[in-house]
Amino acid sequence: MGKLVAVTLALITIASAIPIVAHIWVPPADISTHGHLIDEQMSDTMAEAGVCFIAAQLILAAFIWMFSNRKPGDKIKNFPGGAKGLVTAAFLLVGTEVLALGFFGTKAWADVFLIPASANSMPVQVQAGQFAFYFRYPGADGKFGPIHPDKINEANQNIFGLDVDNDPDSKDDIVTAEMGVPMNKEIHLLMHAKDVGHSFYVRELRIQQDFVPGLDLSLHFTATKVGRYEIVCTQLCGLGHYNMKAYLNVMSQPDYDDWLKKQASMQ
Amino acid sequence: MHDVSAHFAHHTPPQGFIRKYIFSVDHKVIGKQYYGLGLFAVVVGMALSWLMRIHLVWPNFAIPGLTWISSAGAPGGIITPEYYLQLMTMHGTLMVFFVLTNVPFAGFGNYFLPIQIGADDMAFPRFNMASFWVTFVGFCVLFAAFFVGDGPPLSGWTAYAPLSAMPGTGPGQAMGQTLWAISIAIFCIGQLLGSLNFITTTLDLRAKGMTLMRMPLCTWAWFITSCIGLLAFAVLLPACILLILDRVAGTSFFVPSNLVVSDQLVNHSGGSPLLWQHLFWFFGHPEVYIAILPAVGIVSHILVNSYRRPLLSHKAVIYCLMAIGFLSFMVWGHHMFVSGMNPFSALVFSFPTLVITIPFTVLTLIWIGSLYGSNLQINSASLFALGFISMLVTGGISGFFLAQPSIDIYLHGTYFVVGHFHMVMGVAAIFGMFAGTYYWAPKMFGRMMNDTLGKIHFWGTFVGTYCIFMPFHYLGLAGNVRRYSAFVDDYLAPLIPVHKFISIAALCTGAVQLIFLCNLIYSRFKGAPAPVNPWNGTSLEWTVPSPPPWDNFGGRHPVVYHDPYQYGIEGSSGDYVMQDSPEQIPTVREDKDLM
Repeated sequence: MGKLVAVTLALITIASAIPIVAHIWVPPADISTHGHLIDEQMSDTMAEAGVCFIAAQLILAAFIWMFSNRKPGDKIKNFPGGAKGLVTAAFLLVGTEVLALGFFGTKAWADVFLIPASANSMPVQVQAGQFAFYFRYPGADGKFGPIHPDKINEANQNIFGLDVDNDPDSKDDIVTAEMGVPMNKEIHLLMHAKDVGHSFYVRELRIQQDFVPGLDLSLHFTATKVGRYEIVCTQLCGLGHYNMKAYLNVMSQPDYDDWLKKQASMQ
Repeated sequence: MHDVSAHFAHHTPPQGFIRKYIFSVDHKVIGKQYYGLGLFAVVVGMALSWLMRIHLVWPNFAIPGLTWISSAGAPGGIITPEYYLQLMTMHGTLMVFFVLTNVPFAGFGNYFLPIQIGADDMAFPRFNMASFWVTFVGFCVLFAAFFVGDGPPLSGWTAYAPLSAMPGTGPGQAMGQTLWAISIAIFCIGQLLGSLNFITTTLDLRAKGMTLMRMPLCTWAWFITSCIGLLAFAVLLPACILLILDRVAGTSFFVPSNLVVSDQLVNHSGGSPLLWQHLFWFFGHPEVYIAILPAVGIVSHILVNSYRRPLLSHKAVIYCLMAIGFLSFMVWGHHMFVSGMNPFSALVFSFPTLVITIPFTVLTLIWIGSLYGSNLQINSASLFALGFISMLVTGGISGFFLAQPSIDIYLHGTYFVVGHFHMVMGVAAIFGMFAGTYYWAPKMFGRMMNDTLGKIHFWGTFVGTYCIFMPFHYLGLAGNVRRYSAFVDDYLAPLIPVHKFISIAALCTGAVQLIFLCNLIYSRFKGAPAPVNPWNGTSLEWTVPSPPPWDNFGGRHPVVYHDPYQYGIEGSSGDYVMQDSPEQIPTVREDKDLM
């Protein structure tokens, strides 16, 4: 029975590793300027995790094979080096590995969250509410009109609670159901939660950030490839959570300008 | 050490059915009551997971009987999106609180801690009885949520505010969420009573010669778990009270101003949703160690018995348990990397999260290193104990990814996280519980379980749980978001075949658990009579009859002469020496450098 356990464990280990090595299920191609750092970090971690996983499981399997149901005369042996060697190995190898991973991953994190959006980034506001994302562009004046929560009324299509009559900055604001951005332009995404917690996640952009009601949070990113990408909600927000999504359209600058004009004409 | 004889001068045998089996102060009865409650909870929790997995891949399949439980949630047997989330919330809540905290800690711990330290009972038997019945009331309150108004809450076992704080945000968020919060608050009280008992008993009621270092590793694990529990549940309890106040008393601890739900301005202001997350996870992270440390102790206890030799270092395991307990309070922010908290703090929380890998690695290396050169005995208990090591390794290694904030940007909120915690906490702890059951059932019930059925149960569960939860990691790498009741996004369509595989594996693995249930119930009544020491164990529970009398040691006070795991030596009973044996024979020399 011990040998069967060992063989089964070895087979499970190899079977588990195959999809990883064969890159069957992987993140989609990165379309951001910062994403390659995250991808490198993931690859490094996968390599180290893979070695640890395979080694630990196969050694466990090997020892189960070797030492199960031995003959009565066999003596008990100590692992070479005993506990001291193993504890030292744990501290040195694992300690160094995890601290290195932690240290080298800080740049990727800092690029997304610790470095502010640059001064010439393009602001776009996103509002998350049960169960849709809506976007707002500041228009020609470059300013967002204030949000009046008491005026938010989805039934009347006043998503952001704008008072166009009394707030001049709101007059040229453009509200859209899809997000459009020009390629290779840094975007400063201003996040507003209407009701409960939500989250903004675009796999290809390698960004994710929760919306927190009551907090002004923001993200910045630069998309490097034209295409249509899904923005999905990753923070449980109610019964429509599974269906809460929008599209991010990354376009060339001329195409983006056309798109924005068209959106403005539909206000 | 205290003179325990005076402590129990008033302790008399229970009379009558109610006193013996219902409102009993006997820690053994209480342990079995916790175990029974946990067993019921795990069956319900597992059934909920089947409903979830069926809905995800066969959403139009009409589940027979479900509409009788909730005609709104499952009209015609078809689960609605909200009902999926409600079932998911109850699955998580039942499993984490009423299974993982109950069985390995309150169940086995209550039964065996006093016996293993040589005591007649816990320090506060009546507190102990109260702790179980309070927990039971908490369970009833939670279970009631299935049958009230529009059903149980849908905000997950994590109940993030303001979704959980505002009744109008979805079905189940009114009465169901309030009942949830009350239930968990009651559960906290039960746990606090239990933790007080465990700590006091361990420190004060040890028999003569039972130094702290001579306590078995499961006792150490229960002791450290109860220290963690005392501090962690002491934070969850007020958090739940604040949540209840926000919901019914008009306070705004967790709800800021200017929120609009269903086009109506919400009448709250000044609160912070992140405050709920901090309070919850300050409890929630130590909670996952409350879930796993008892299993670590139980598995260590069983492995060393199966290896027929001491672990390479008994003290290293104890120090690891202490280190994990201590570090567990430093890492809660790793659940909140992308929550909107100060991003600098993410780097601060990441550091101890990565460092906690070290004591777990030491534990794993000691288990595997002690297996080297051992005389491994294969039986149902040792199979599950070995399987535990494999599960903990797999689940722990996926933590490498999530511990790093940069990688968590991509993996947070995906099935990768779900795979991680199911393997490292759910499956591993369940393996510990199964190992403990097969190992200790003879002592608890006086009857042996069927070992062949146990082995079949092991095979189905070991292969089955890998088939279920390993693919979760692949789904996460592809960015499959969690807590979705349906997969409608474009990128999810190609992943549905993986989900089908998982669902089929889940149903098959669930079916295998029937073997365990049948074995447990049949053996309880018809199993072969169990000897006093069926596994040739060394600790004190193997010195008392199977099952033990009401006062454990029949009035005698055991005296302890040896470390707990003197295996692999020439004793008069065989290759071991019992802890209370006065035989003065050379015991196995442990690694003196770490002693």
